[in-house]
Amino acid sequence: MNKNSNTYQILYAAVMVLLVGTLLAFIYMALKPKQNENIANDTRKQILSALHVAATDDSQVKDIYEKYITQDLLVNSEGNIVDSAKNVAFDVQMKKNVKLPVAERKLPVMKCTMDDGTIKYVLPVYGAGLWGPIWGYIAVNEDGNTIYGANFSHEGETPGLGARIAEQPFQDEFKDKHLFVDGEFKSVAVLKKGQKATNGAEQIDALTGATITSRGVSDMMADCLAPYEAFLKKLQSAGGTQCTADPAAAETTEIESTDNQPE
Amino acid sequence: MLSKKNKEALFNPLSKDNPVLVQILGICSALAVTASLEPAIVMGISVISVLAFSNVIISFLRKTVPTNIRIIVQLVVVAALVIIVQQILIAYNYDVSKKLSVFIGLIITNCILMGRLEAFAMHNSPWPSFLDGIGNGLGYTIILVIVAFFRELLGSGTLFGFHVIPQWCYEHGYMDNGLMILPPMALITLGCIIWVHRSRNKDLQEN
Repeated sequence: MNKNSNTYQILYAAVMVLLVGTLLAFIYMALKPKQNENIANDTRKQILSALHVAATDDSQVKDIYEKYITQDLLVNSEGNIVDSAKNVAFDVQMKKNVKLPVAERKLPVMKCTMDDGTIKYVLPVYGAGLWGPIWGYIAVNEDGNTIYGANFSHEGETPGLGARIAEQPFQDEFKDKHLFVDGEFKSVAVLKKGQKATNGAEQIDALTGATITSRGVSDMMADCLAPYEAFLKKLQSAGGTQCTADPAAAETTEIESTDNQPE
Repeated sequence: MLSKKNKEALFNPLSKDNPVLVQILGICSALAVTASLEPAIVMGISVISVLAFSNVIISFLRKTVPTNIRIIVQLVVVAALVIIVQQILIAYNYDVSKKLSVFIGLIITNCILMGRLEAFAMHNSPWPSFLDGIGNGLGYTIILVIVAFFRELLGSGTLFGFHVIPQWCYEHGYMDNGLMILPPMALITLGCIIWVHRSRNKDLQEN
């Protein structure tokens, strides 16, 4: 048989592609359940990390997650709870969710009970970085205003630059920032040193050399947390004492910084 | 089983004909995954398995492959094996697969693979091709591990994630060298290894 005839070459290529395609499809199907479980565990780890709970052992992640995350909620943009079935918030596909108009979105909230009995609310966020999607989990205190912790992940940001959003030092900066300033929702801005947020939001420093990823985090926080405004306000009015304490705390820090006097 | 020729196929790539040190192939991935030992070893194992199996498959097919489309056939085989490795990693070692992310995909473009398929597997029977694949993969892995050893030790003070530099060193002013973690230091480390290797093997030196 002539190895260099057109028929032979075309047949050879066709059969090869068919065989390889079938094989890959088979392997993909066979490994899918195991892979999904890994991805779900990884998501659980990210959520726990926003709560400052370390879960290093893969086999225990699920148990630890279920210990802390006591209730899943879906709320609408008016702040009313529409669903509270088990894992209903965990299963929300943020990628699809953020494309819906705000009024139609069902906003996932994970209610968590910490070791000391305090309640935290974890809100997922999803947005765009430089090379691909970025996402994260923001844990908010019971007062519906103060950030308790944050965790960010990315698909393919530049290592050493944009990828640093997934590192602890950057995430730690979000702790104790306030989403509301003087009772108005402002989110938290990520800005270069020296810049000031135009809407008066509290801010943290952007990552050097990662302007677009930093802006992505900033936009993601603003876009994804804004629909929660009504829900967070309800939390604030429920825990009224903490709410009044907050502006005062913000004022004192301001005075300290302008006067710069040692105590 | 191991004739002289087969032994050469297996052991030459470890030093005398090392794909990284002598042929300067696969540098890109050697720089990218060597910030710590674990991903370097996983990357090495992945390359060994992909290289060995693609060598064997191509060697089996070598008499049927039409010359005009042989590169395409080689690429399809390599790409399929790489996807299999990637899927298995996601299923059984998710953390490492996250760390290696794009680099596993980049095995496809690792010049060592195409080089060995073209130069060896297309002209040799399966068993020597298998040994050649293992040998070249090992040669690549050894270099990766050496580079990763120095980078992790000097850059983070750890080996396999465990702290090996005692606390009193830090208390007396020792600091981890953050530069070692960055890609340029991988290149410099690799340069030093090539220097040592050439000075020990005089016949490799160019005039």
